[in-house]
Amino acid sequence: MSKIVIDPVTRIEGHLKIEAIIDNGIVKDANSSGTLFRGFEIILKNRDPRDASQITQRICGVCPICHATASSLALDSAFGIDDKITDNGRIIRNLILGSNFLQSHILHFYHLAALDFVKSPDIPPFIPRYEGDYRFSEKENAELTQHYLKALEIRRKAHEMLAIFGGKMPHNVGIIAGGVTEKPTTDKITNFLWRLNEIREFIDNVYIPDIIAVAKKYSDYFRIGAGCKNYLVYGVFDLDGKEKDLLKRNRLIKSGRVSADLRCDIVDSLKITEDVKHSWYDDSQSHKQPAQEETIPKYGKKDGYSWIKSPRYADMVYEVGPLARMLVNYVSWDETVKKLVDSVLTEFKAKPDVLFSVLGRHAARALETKYVADNMANWILQLKPAEPVYTDYNIPEESEGMGLTEAPRGALGHWIKIKEGRIENYQCVVPTTWNASPKDDKDQPGPIEQAIIGTKINDENNPFEIVRIVRSFDPCLACAVHLVDLRGNAIGEFKAT
Amino acid sequence: MPKEFPVVWFQGAACSGCAISVLNSLSPTIKNVLLDELVPGKHINLKFMPTIMTGSGKIVMDILLETQKAKDYILIVEGAIPENGFGDIGEKSMESVVEELAEDASAIVSLGSCSAFGGIPKGNPNPTKVKSVEKFLDFKNIKKPVINIPGCPPHPDWFVGTVANILLFGIPELDELSRPRLFYGKLIHENCERRPYFDKGKFAKKFSDEGCLYELGCKGPYTNADCPIRSWNSGVNWCIQNGSPCIGCVEPEFPDLEAMYKKTKWNNK
Ligand code: SF4
Ligand code: SF4
Repeated sequence: MSKIVIDPVTRIEGHLKIEAIIDNGIVKDANSSGTLFRGFEIILKNRDPRDASQITQRICGVCPICHATASSLALDSAFGIDDKITDNGRIIRNLILGSNFLQSHILHFYHLAALDFVKSPDIPPFIPRYEGDYRFSEKENAELTQHYLKALEIRRKAHEMLAIFGGKMPHNVGIIAGGVTEKPTTDKITNFLWRLNEIREFIDNVYIPDIIAVAKKYSDYFRIGAGCKNYLVYGVFDLDGKEKDLLKRNRLIKSGRVSADLRCDIVDSLKITEDVKHSWYDDSQSHKQPAQEETIPKYGKKDGYSWIKSPRYADMVYEVGPLARMLVNYVSWDETVKKLVDSVLTEFKAKPDVLFSVLGRHAARALETKYVADNMANWILQLKPAEPVYTDYNIPEESEGMGLTEAPRGALGHWIKIKEGRIENYQCVVPTTWNASPKDDKDQPGPIEQAIIGTKINDENNPFEIVRIVRSFDPCLACAVHLVDLRGNAIGEFKAT
Repeated sequence: MPKEFPVVWFQGAACSGCAISVLNSLSPTIKNVLLDELVPGKHINLKFMPTIMTGSGKIVMDILLETQKAKDYILIVEGAIPENGFGDIGEKSMESVVEELAEDASAIVSLGSCSAFGGIPKGNPNPTKVKSVEKFLDFKNIKKPVINIPGCPPHPDWFVGTVANILLFGIPELDELSRPRLFYGKLIHENCERRPYFDKGKFAKKFSDEGCLYELGCKGPYTNADCPIRSWNSGVNWCIQNGSPCIGCVEPEFPDLEAMYKKTKWNNK
């Protein structure tokens, strides 16, 4: 038996440590722990509710827009205007969030994940690196390195495109409760459209072919890193704004659950509970719904090894993210998604079960990038310059709201409780909390842990397999660990609604 | 051969937004910053940078140690410094890592409002007891000049411009909050394109209205930065041009000055 410790896992957002116990070259057990705590929900308390869309964005500088979106949806519902957002407001929100998806996915593949497969140039910060399993020729490595550099430019352009309606990025100022802050004009529409055209060209002609090239060289990774094979999606990109139940709302990417049998089911938000047996919180609060639980930190608790809780759906472990979204929409017969996914499966003469893998996650992310970008090209032309983008409201003395959407990394929920016109309580259940969760009350490991367990490690000094699996989830640790108290006393007790 | 300037980029209690913002640098591009001579004859040698470096785990912690032993590096800190135990890296506390790195650095750049002033994690009630880099060094009795480049996130030009200044002319002229005057020398309100509305008393009453954004909570009259003349994201837009009040993201009081979208009394200071 031996132990591999990787701390820090770099090229992700935030601070993550992975420990794996190896027996005879195979991972027998794995623990993932977040190693930084900031305490967002405590900072949000007692503030003006509208501040939530600015403060929660600062949970993550890579994907701030999904937090702006979730908080604005939660505020819209708390303010009673969730069915009154104008079409312009809804579409501009989609365009800002869509731009963030494109930026985040392109950044993830080229700048966070690709160097696990492509041999980087021999200068810092690209050395030192794990050595050994690089399979491209020198010429191919050089070409992919050029794409890495080109992708830096393309992701910058995605941010420029975002800022046309979002004001600035990271941390946009455009999305607020009630809609957005500025009306569209024809010059903005044109500027947006042409940047989008360039990004779409890159997706079609560089990003997707590069994913296929990686998949061909590393095709064993279609069988590595499957994990729990249960997938959960809330849905994202509202196509109409009138349905109050967000899980029933007509969205480009629909909500649903799917497992290895590829049968799709609905999501009932009341079936979500959070376990804390192996997290540093008091056991009395284990296995409760987010709306019911109290968070009582207990650092150093026996059996605890993570600040991340374990969200579960009907007691089962679920993965969230682009793979979950593409699978749910594939099996619910969305024509375009079906064609996209089938085109990849035909290329590899493979059945859908190869998608439960490291490469499946990368491929799903790339296909989703194309799907979202292509739709954005239609949405931008639906804007009507003279029409309103914002719906005014009064802040109620007492109210509650829920915002369910998708971050680039998966299902994201915000819950707010307002009292005396201020935030009494705020709770976020974010994608990496699902994916990087520790073992639950029944000792079922979380999705990343399950994906690592059982993997054969060829060289313990250069554990490529582990970092390739972890990065395929695109973990965002700043999001996963946002609530804490180290010594179990500074925060006291409070309700997590 | 260009002269090499080793750089260590440490991330504390942060969201990575500063790093992502710096990737948006337009001229020079981030490729120029990383691979080319940033100014003729001088090359930034980025030894340690968690968001982009290829390696992970022990091999990168070894590089950190090696760079520190060789001394004479520029230390960039992104994020605030949480109290011992709230943040670890490489199985060590962030406090101890920053303390060691600061001792041997030739210059320290606090990048972003969290690092410069505490920022979001310091937001009332500061649940993880974070400190800004300056406060942390005071507390550890380390005497080292710090350049603050606040902003949530900071504009890439503010960072690249400051580093180029260090390479060409040494430490730039700083104000009383250790910010380069070049970028933080004037109030947003002084250069704001909506100033004529303010002077005429035409105020927006709700979002997306025409007019000055003062009554919607604009902190421009208290905030020192050159956003109105520089603009954001390659110059396509900035907060107030987008109908969004300035939320004062570069100031030490951020995010506690006043609610972001609530009118803040102006005492004409
Ligand atoms: S919008 Fe803000 S910065 Fe501009 S004039 Fe009005 S108060 Fe001043
Ligand atoms: S205008 Fe204000 S809020 Fe916007 S980036 Fe500049 S200082 Fe920050």
